[in-house]
Amino acid sequence: MDNSYAAIMARKNEIIRASVGMDYSSFEYDGIGFDYEAMMAATGYTLPELQRVQSLFSVGNTPLIELKNLTTLARKCAPKGKGARIFIKDEATNPSGSFKARRSCTSVYQAKKLGYKGVVTATSGNYGAAVACHAAMAGLKCIVVQECYDSRGIGQPEIIEKARKCEALGAEVVQLTVGPELFSTVLRLLEETGYFNASLYTPFGIAGVETLGYEIAQQFRTKYDRDPDVVVCTNAGGGNLTGTARGLLKADCRAKVIGASVNLTGLHMASDEQFNKKSFTTGHTGFGVPFCVNPDRSDVPRSAARPLRYMDRYVTVTQGSVFFITEALASLEGLEKGPAGNTALAAAFRIAQDLDEDQCIVVQETEYTGAGKHINPQLSFARQNGIDIHFGDPKDEIPGKSIILPAHPSLIQVTDVDLDRVRRSNIKNAVGTHKNELTDQDIQYLIDETNSNEEFVRNVIANL
Amino acid sequence: MAKKGDWVQIHNIVLKPEERSDALPEDTKKHPLEMWVKGYLQSDAEIGDEVEVITRTGRCASGKLVNEAPYFEHNFGFLIPEVLKIGDMVREITFGGDD
Repeated sequence: MDNSYAAIMARKNEIIRASVGMDYSSFEYDGIGFDYEAMMAATGYTLPELQRVQSLFSVGNTPLIELKNLTTLARKCAPKGKGARIFIKDEATNPSGSFKARRSCTSVYQAKKLGYKGVVTATSGNYGAAVACHAAMAGLKCIVVQECYDSRGIGQPEIIEKARKCEALGAEVVQLTVGPELFSTVLRLLEETGYFNASLYTPFGIAGVETLGYEIAQQFRTKYDRDPDVVVCTNAGGGNLTGTARGLLKADCRAKVIGASVNLTGLHMASDEQFNKKSFTTGHTGFGVPFCVNPDRSDVPRSAARPLRYMDRYVTVTQGSVFFITEALASLEGLEKGPAGNTALAAAFRIAQDLDEDQCIVVQETEYTGAGKHINPQLSFARQNGIDIHFGDPKDEIPGKSIILPAHPSLIQVTDVDLDRVRRSNIKNAVGTHKNELTDQDIQYLIDETNSNEEFVRNVIANL
Repeated sequence: MAKKGDWVQIHNIVLKPEERSDALPEDTKKHPLEMWVKGYLQSDAEIGDEVEVITRTGRCASGKLVNEAPYFEHNFGFLIPEVLKIGDMVREITFGGDD
């Protein structure tokens, strides 16, 4: 069999169909769009069924913790009467240590149900640990493919820790140097093994996160007899935000959903030289923005993660601000967690200062911490790589050159991403060369995709 | 010398620079795409030999032997004094001062 890059990529559709057990072409419209809700429904799992599946894996029902001291700190930085109550959903208490457990256990359950002998997943992050964990529980084999090293063979400590954890849970870890051709390696492994493709972006994975949003609403109503006002989600590939928002809507909770990413503007995600210049391997703009513009850049034909459909606002925070807030969470709340999951917390800390004291803002995840995956080794690694780390005003931080730790918590700021600009890019990308062939169904699809309106969509198309 | 049955790490070139995707920045494209896999060695060998291993999933993989008894060395880094200062600062602002 021809295993050249081009030949493997040419077999992509048949490999995906065989390895996900889902025919994506059945959801395609005649025009540019597809039936998203039909694809989500094709999992065959209702929300109560998802909760049941997750309980089989001891996933979910994580604590909702009020961060009273961090709230006090935010109020000290805010005008009088401002400073919403800050809450965090302690997803690190899931087996495998992150919200990704919700995403993986439905995939692994589905793989087992369909009779696959194992699962393959492409991830350098917590998702690998989650898949390895649930594969272990289900008695399935597991291969995790990581983008791990630069051309000097130097690996990101955070990713190496994930390799360790996956191996500890019985998985085979395949490690690669920098490059998007990781996808072709995954396809080849799927073909070789006949395993299930536990992609991050199938409907199974995203539907699994719906329980998180649903749980937040339920816990709030039980404990505080009200709904939260704002839910902040760390945003990378978009699945976290998409699933959480869908779960909130299923609970009829109308909290505003805000995405937050670490600002890594200027760093190219496929650059060998810049790979180890970043101190966040996920939750950053290098994934967050491109996946909003084109969700289908993922490893399945149609991604179930479509964050632009659900985002009310999208903000960025600096690396230094996230490191700062991670240490504050440990020092003020006794919660030592991994930094990447605290991206949304840094944003919430600032957004809370614009809200009234009686309002409630929820950060919907934490992640586990450990060697390599902790502010201390990550800052050490940055310093070793020549990154200038100092106290100052985070607005002066230059990704890849400096990490500026806020000299005072009041210096933590959020920067709004221009969502209309992202929407325009999304539409431009979706329309491609089909500008003159668009049907009313296509227009409605674009309205849904961008959470906008007909006037906005038609205006953008007219200006393409 | 690594013995048959030892846990080892092997290395492969998946794509030579000229075989890589066109959609890559120049600094990445000048390097090959490399891969490392671990498994049980299938015959006695020296570092640098082409060998076969059986991985944790039972897959047979071949490549150059690069590491005998591989283990993890990542840790909690060295002292970052700024981290201590952040802890002191937020405690002082939150709890200190008024009383």
